Amino acid sequence: MSTTIPASLEAKVKEAREKLDQHVREIVAWHFDPEKGTPFWLEKAKTFDFDPLKDVKGFDDLKKFGLFEDDWLRGGPVRRWLPKALHDKPIYVFETGGTTGIPKSRVVVDDFRIDYEMFSETLPEKYFPKGANWLMLGPSGPRRLRLAVEHLCQTRGGICFCVDLDPRWVVKLIKKGWMEHLKAYQDHVIDQAMTILSAKHDIKCMFTTPKLLDALANRLEREGSSIAKQGITGIFCGGTEMTSQWIRFAIEELLGPDVYIAPTYGNTLMGLAAADMPTAENNYKITYYAPQPRAVVQVVDFDDPDKVVDYGQSGRVMLTTLTKELFIPRFQERDEGEREPPCEKYPWDGVSGVRPFHGFAATTTVGVY
Amino acid sequence: MITIPVLRWGEPYKSMDVDKVVHFATGEVLAETGRANSGLVERDMRHAQRARDILREIPIPELIKMVKKAGELYAQAELPLGDGTQTPKEFARMQSATTGLPEHMCEFNMKKNQFVLDNMERILDSLTRGLDLEILSRGYGIEKRGHPPEDVPVSFQAQTPVLGMVLPSNSPGVHTLWLPIIPMQIGLVLKPGPQEPWTPYRMTQAFYEAGIPKQAIAIYPGLGDVGAAVLNSCPRSLIFGGTATVEQYKGNPRVQAHGPGFSKILIGDDQVDHWEKYVDIIADSVLLNSGRGCINCSGIWMSRNGRKLAEAVAEKIGPVEPLPPEDPKAALAAFTVPGMADNISKAIDDDLKENGVHDMTARFGNRLVKKERCDYLRPTVIYCESPEPAIAKKEYMFPFCTVVECPQEQMIERIGPTLVCTLISEDKKLQRAAADATHIDRLNIGPIPTIQLNWLQPHEGNIVDFLFRARAFQFDKNMIKI
Repeated sequence: MSTTIPASLEAKVKEAREKLDQHVREIVAWHFDPEKGTPFWLEKAKTFDFDPLKDVKGFDDLKKFGLFEDDWLRGGPVRRWLPKALHDKPIYVFETGGTTGIPKSRVVVDDFRIDYEMFSETLPEKYFPKGANWLMLGPSGPRRLRLAVEHLCQTRGGICFCVDLDPRWVVKLIKKGWMEHLKAYQDHVIDQAMTILSAKHDIKCMFTTPKLLDALANRLEREGSSIAKQGITGIFCGGTEMTSQWIRFAIEELLGPDVYIAPTYGNTLMGLAAADMPTAENNYKITYYAPQPRAVVQVVDFDDPDKVVDYGQSGRVMLTTLTKELFIPRFQERDEGEREPPCEKYPWDGVSGVRPFHGFAATTTVGVY
Repeated sequence: MITIPVLRWGEPYKSMDVDKVVHFATGEVLAETGRANSGLVERDMRHAQRARDILREIPIPELIKMVKKAGELYAQAELPLGDGTQTPKEFARMQSATTGLPEHMCEFNMKKNQFVLDNMERILDSLTRGLDLEILSRGYGIEKRGHPPEDVPVSFQAQTPVLGMVLPSNSPGVHTLWLPIIPMQIGLVLKPGPQEPWTPYRMTQAFYEAGIPKQAIAIYPGLGDVGAAVLNSCPRSLIFGGTATVEQYKGNPRVQAHGPGFSKILIGDDQVDHWEKYVDIIADSVLLNSGRGCINCSGIWMSRNGRKLAEAVAEKIGPVEPLPPEDPKAALAAFTVPGMADNISKAIDDDLKENGVHDMTARFGNRLVKKERCDYLRPTVIYCESPEPAIAKKEYMFPFCTVVECPQEQMIERIGPTLVCTLISEDKKLQRAAADATHIDRLNIGPIPTIQLNWLQPHEGNIVDFLFRARAFQFDKNMIKI
């Protein structure tokens, strides 16, 4: 499919691209600074046949780095990922995966706050009122999401109430086939949410995953209530795969017309790609746009990651993270989707129809919490 | 191309996610089925009790008449299917086109289903051991017991308003198992196999046309999460799968798991020298229905003459070749999932490297036959000099068997789990051991093919016992109102 970008948008797209190229030069210069740069990349640079400081002039030049291997993120010392310039700052470490073996780690100083403050700007005030209290119905433990949602809530003037949820145990239950225990654990998580919702905390917004929203809505209905009747008006949904069918089902049958749902896509390595609320008019299509230039989402050919597919075509999702705290060029995600053209709000490429990459789909445990 | 929706208690629901059902030989898209999501299944189960309530408004004898009529419609009528219709001939062709089973086998399975529906009264009479069916409906009744006869209350309590079914793609024969459910006033929640949506939809339409209320049946095509949601949401379910599935649900009172049958024929020492007499029933047990059923024989155990018997069976079934699915002589089903036949053939080749294992069908040509869009595996007979080799207890989804030499006194213990055991022996001690072995499900004594079923007997557990619980029930005649 060939999509022509409207003339009115062309200037914005060009401007965004120039901004991205400029940002790439600054970030590469920062991470490869011989004195204050990032230990991992400075060491790695010794193996390059190019000089990042001289040869990387824009986003396209990141191809010189090849593909990022996420296994590099396993184990310590974790400070090697952070520029020396930031080593004296208070540091968080967030983990991803980790059901078996050593998890992948990301060290953070302020990125999660910046990312979620930017995401906060995309939320409509009507449904996510400032000062509202939140329920964080998602994973706890050494995960970015727990602190990030709490910060999002705080930055909007609210207080965040959280549950205990260990996704690694959930993955183990699935792998062992202990489905009754899985159901019991889900009930345990929903019990915690119900307790918070019944305790007069005036909660109006929440983060949750698709499966937990299904479960919470069903529990509320069994008890004669609903998400809307509980006074919840805004739901920030993410963490696992979300299909158009599911979002339509959620809007039509779980939420009703007075509740806004904001689907998101992201992981610990990048910020948060946002999407407007899907509607019946656009067939509930969910199109995500990364917080460029801090992160870039590309949809690349399944066999040739150097080639971006045409608009509307399917390919594998490739992420690039470009912050002062983390440089991750060209990381091939475990997802695929369709490339979407820029729009007024986000004058850069997006991705829709995100689903597990078909090459991994059979072996990946998804939708675990 | 036909579009088949999700069926939410009879109401069509057009999902935004669809799966294509493709002809294995031509690649033609025959249908698109809507894909349900797990939350939708869980939400719909709020109305599960309504399915039983509405069925209980119809007396069981009436329901039996309706399903008999449904059997006729299923076998003979042009019935609605999604946004189109389907004749019986089209049904057999479509089922063959997606499952790989030859058309005449699909037609035979239709007859089997109709037979069960036609004989529902007898089947329920047998499964309930002659219980007044009104007792299932009311939950209690009175029977005469003792000498002199006196009134004794009898109570059977339904353990679920609906039965969940996670159905397979590769074996259309299994549908007979759920046909008696509706007449017992229990609703149905069906998750069809991805390549076999045809029987659940056609049978449901036949039920509807025969007067079964629409709210009694729901059909949710979808991925694994939908199957899991069915199992989670229904207090009683049946699932079909491999050994891992059976192990996973072992001991779970909510789930009856049906897996590989590992069905076997045992020849006692008193008959082992007359083995020639049994070659035909052995060949039929291995080959019929393309060896796909759990009741097909995958092992013949005997103390001696194993090589000779294996050679004779190989001689009979080894020359069978793949034929087009519409050929009335076609005896082999195609493997429509890419790579599956290759993997099976490779696994057999690996097992053949063990000592004392011999491929008796090798001389009839390559086992693996590759076509443009599908593969076939030709009948394979393996002779094992002892029960030790791993292959001795294997089962595959095509006409495959091992002939295993094993001393008679070790046989019953060493055969392992066996769905159908045909014991050919007059040895009283051996018969008693087989009758008492709890790892044998269906027992045939005498030269009875493993695939010969008596429909009046239970299969892998009595479905009535799975759905209803006998319990004590006492009442005061002046007070009871139900």
